[in-house]
Amino acid sequence: MRPVMKNLLEVFNDIGYQILEVIELSGYCVILFVETIPFFSKIWEKRKDVLYQMYMAGVKSFIVNAVVALFTGMILSLQSGIELRDYGQAALVGHLVTATLTREMSPFVSAIVLIACVGSAIAAEIATMKVSEEIDALEMMSISPIKFLVMPRLIALMFIFPLSSVYFTFVGIFGGAIVAYYKLNIPWQMYYNAVLHGLHFKATYVGLLKSYVFGVVISLVCCAYGLRAKNGVIGVGQATRSSVISSFMMVLVLGYFITAMFFG
Amino acid sequence: MIELRNVTKRFGSRKVLDNISLTIQDGETFVIIGQSGMGKTVMLRHIAGLFDPDEGDVLIDGVKMNGANRKTKEELRERIGILFQSGALLNWMSVAENLALPLVEHKKYSPAEIDRLVDDKLAVLQLTDAKFKMPSDISGGMKKRVGLARALIREPQIILYDEPTSGLDPVMSEVINQLILQLQREFKVTSFVVTHDMRSAYTIADRIAMLYQGKLVQCDTPENIQNTANPIVRQFIEGRLEGPIEVRRD
Repeated sequence: MRPVMKNLLEVFNDIGYQILEVIELSGYCVILFVETIPFFSKIWEKRKDVLYQMYMAGVKSFIVNAVVALFTGMILSLQSGIELRDYGQAALVGHLVTATLTREMSPFVSAIVLIACVGSAIAAEIATMKVSEEIDALEMMSISPIKFLVMPRLIALMFIFPLSSVYFTFVGIFGGAIVAYYKLNIPWQMYYNAVLHGLHFKATYVGLLKSYVFGVVISLVCCAYGLRAKNGVIGVGQATRSSVISSFMMVLVLGYFITAMFFG
Repeated sequence: MIELRNVTKRFGSRKVLDNISLTIQDGETFVIIGQSGMGKTVMLRHIAGLFDPDEGDVLIDGVKMNGANRKTKEELRERIGILFQSGALLNWMSVAENLALPLVEHKKYSPAEIDRLVDDKLAVLQLTDAKFKMPSDISGGMKKRVGLARALIREPQIILYDEPTSGLDPVMSEVINQLILQLQREFKVTSFVVTHDMRSAYTIADRIAMLYQGKLVQCDTPENIQNTANPIVRQFIEGRLEGPIEVRRD
C-alpha cells in the first residue's frame, strides 16, 4: 500500500476510534448519573463533602469568575456601544449587554471558567486516586466511589453553576456600566433603565436551566474521565485534558440545543 | 477458603494467567513469587474481585466472586482486607481518619469504639506518633504500615498483601513478617502474599508458588522451594542471570 493511502487510512482509523470513544463515554456518563441518583438520599450524610466541593467550586473560582465577567461586560458594552452610537441608539447598550449575558454569555463563559478551574481539578484528583489504587481501596472497604466521590461533586456543581451564572451576569452588567458611563457617556440611570428592559423572564430561566444542565454534565464528564484513568501519571494528564475538551464540546452542543428548544 | 478454578486472564493478546487452579485453605499463608509483570498482582486482584477472569471462577468460602452482584461482593469483601503496593491512603485524610474510614462509613461502631480500634491498630504497627499526620508527611514505609493497619481494622478472615515488605528497612520488614505470623497463629487468618522478598517468603509461608509465563511452575513448602531442582524456580530464588528465565533488558 502506498504511504499516502496508508496515512489516510490511519487518519480515518483515528477519527473512527475517537467517535467510538465519545459514544462509549456518553453511555458511561448516563450510567454514572443513573447510579448516582440513589445516593442523592445520602446528601445529609455527605453534607460536609458537598459543602467543601461547593466552596472549592464557588468561592475558589470567585476572583477568576469576577475578572472574566467584568471584562466580558466591558467588551460587550464597548463593542455594541460603538455600533449603536452611529445610529444614535447608544442608550440601548444596557439592554443589549443584559440580554446577551442572561441568554447566552453568562452560562456559557462561566461554564468555561468553571471547566478550567473546577472540572479539570475534579478529573485530575479522581484520576490520581484511580492510578494510585485509592479507588480500588474504597471498593475493597465496600465504600461506593460513586457515593463517596461522584455524588458530592455532582450536587455541588449542580447548585454552583447557576449561582456562578447569576453572579457572572451581575458583575458583567456592572462592567458594561463602567464602559457605558466613562467611554460612551451614558448616565448611570439611563443604563440602569435599559438593563431593566433587557431582563426577560424567559431568557433568565433558560439561562439558569443551561447552567444547571452544564453543572450536571460537566461534573459527570470529569468524574467519568477520572474514574476511567489508567497508565499512571500519563493517564492523569490524558484524563484531565480529555475531560476539559469533552466538557467544552458538551457546553457548546448542549448550549445550542437548549437555545433551539426554547427560542428556535 | 480461596479457590481459583481454571482461571485465565488476557490483556490484549497476552495471557497473563493461563488456566490457573489453586486452593488456599483457611488459616494458610500462601506466598506467590515471580518476576515483575508476570501477573502476581493480577491474581491478587482476581481474589479481591477487582478483576474478573476471562475464563474460570474465583470462589471465596464457596461463593463465586467473579460476576457477583454488588451486594454479594460487598459481603465477601467484608471478610477480606487488602494491603496495596503503595498503601493507597486517601491523601486528604489524616492517618487516623484513613484507618477509621471503613468503620465510619459503615456505621457499625460508636465514635468511642472507632477511636479505640484505631489506637489499637496504630499501636500494633508502631504508628501511634503518626496518628494525626497526613499521608504526605510520612515515609513510604509508614504509608505501607498505615495501609496494613487499615486492612486489619475490620478484622478480616482473609488478608491479601501486595508486596508487604517492599520499601521497608530490614527491621520493619521483620515486624511485618512477625505480624503476619501472629495473625495466622492467633486469629487463623488466611493470607495471600505477593512478594519478591525471598527472606520474607521463607519466614511466613506455609506454601510458596512461583508464577512464570501465566502458569504456576511449582507450588510447594518453603523447604522444598529452597531445595528445588526446577531450573526456573532455582534461577529466580538465587537471582542468577543465566538460566531458562528470559531477562528482559528493555
